[in-house]
Amino acid sequence: MAAQVDYAVLKKGGWMRQKQKDKFALRIHVVGGHLDDVQLKTISDVAHKYGQGYVHLTARQSLEIPWMDIHDLDAIKADLAKGGVAPSVCGPRVRTTTACQGSATCGHACIDTYSLAQEIDRRYFARELPGKFKFGITGCRNNCLKVEENDFGIKGAEKVTWKEDECIACGLCVKNCRSSAITLKDGKITIDDSRCSYCGRCAENCPVDAYDTQPGYIVSFGGTFGNHIRRGNLIVPFISKYETLIRLADASIQFFDDHAHKGDRFQFCIDREGQEKFNKIMHDIYVESEGHDFTEADVEKIQAGR
Amino acid sequence: MAEEIKADETVDITDVVCPVTFVKAKVAMDELDIGQVLRVHMNDGEPCQNVPRSFKEDGQKVLRLIDNEDGTYDLLVKKQEEV
Repeated sequence: MAAQVDYAVLKKGGWMRQKQKDKFALRIHVVGGHLDDVQLKTISDVAHKYGQGYVHLTARQSLEIPWMDIHDLDAIKADLAKGGVAPSVCGPRVRTTTACQGSATCGHACIDTYSLAQEIDRRYFARELPGKFKFGITGCRNNCLKVEENDFGIKGAEKVTWKEDECIACGLCVKNCRSSAITLKDGKITIDDSRCSYCGRCAENCPVDAYDTQPGYIVSFGGTFGNHIRRGNLIVPFISKYETLIRLADASIQFFDDHAHKGDRFQFCIDREGQEKFNKIMHDIYVESEGHDFTEADVEKIQAGR
Repeated sequence: MAEEIKADETVDITDVVCPVTFVKAKVAMDELDIGQVLRVHMNDGEPCQNVPRSFKEDGQKVLRLIDNEDGTYDLLVKKQEEV
């Protein structure tokens, strides 16, 4: 039987054409690098039954099952669905949202990256756009997920407040601060907010919980790491509200949708339309949502690398 | 807040490296009774960064960190009830 194959439709549904006739690698929908035991067992069974008994791990936390035959397409989809596994997408749309383990298990993380990845995925996954658009989420400054590679990179951060009553004046926060923002004098801690990069290392290393923490986000815009390499830019300072984060993400995707050429990437679209113009949109959303203005110095001090 | 705290036992972990530093300190802590205080003598750097935090994550109460100003620190930890 000669199947009429629409490759664009298959690609949209996560079926990646192999060089071998009628064979495809099926990309699996993974959110935040998280797969449960039932999903893994299901994928294993499908790879064994329809493929060659192995999978390929992609560069962005997805998983592909190679050697799927076009004639088995419906049976494969049905088998996967029984185990809670769905195909992913490829092509010009919102792709896999990647994430580190986050605060669920990691002591460094400032935010729950998996919950956030699920939320981002629920809102944007597979949205049709002129080009591809990628979200990446990392829990802290250690940046295990390398978020600046993504079109929209989210990094966990936190604002801290010293609690004098709990403090034993051990000086560990001073030792661990990489911005030299903390001083200890006569048993009292002073934090220089003009230097603080909101990394949260002071609170993390405090042996007596003498810091209150308010989690938030640092966002990088326009990263890409394929044919062309661009590091995502910081445009706004520390974001304290989830609502601000989502409004910035909504506006970023809309900007890309409105202005991008076919096959474009976010940063090249921004370059063409004007960085100033894009920065102004982000600035205005930030100010309205967070309730305060900011300066270049506020953005400068949260630059990564400290 | 600078009153003297008396330690019931002392363990020297300057002769081991991470991750054995915390293991040795934890073993010493196991010998203590609830409410007793352990003095942990350790090097600056990695032990100083990790051992106090590890005790906190273990549910123990860190009382003080004293800089001996010779590249070593003494950490005073009070043993808490098992949670």
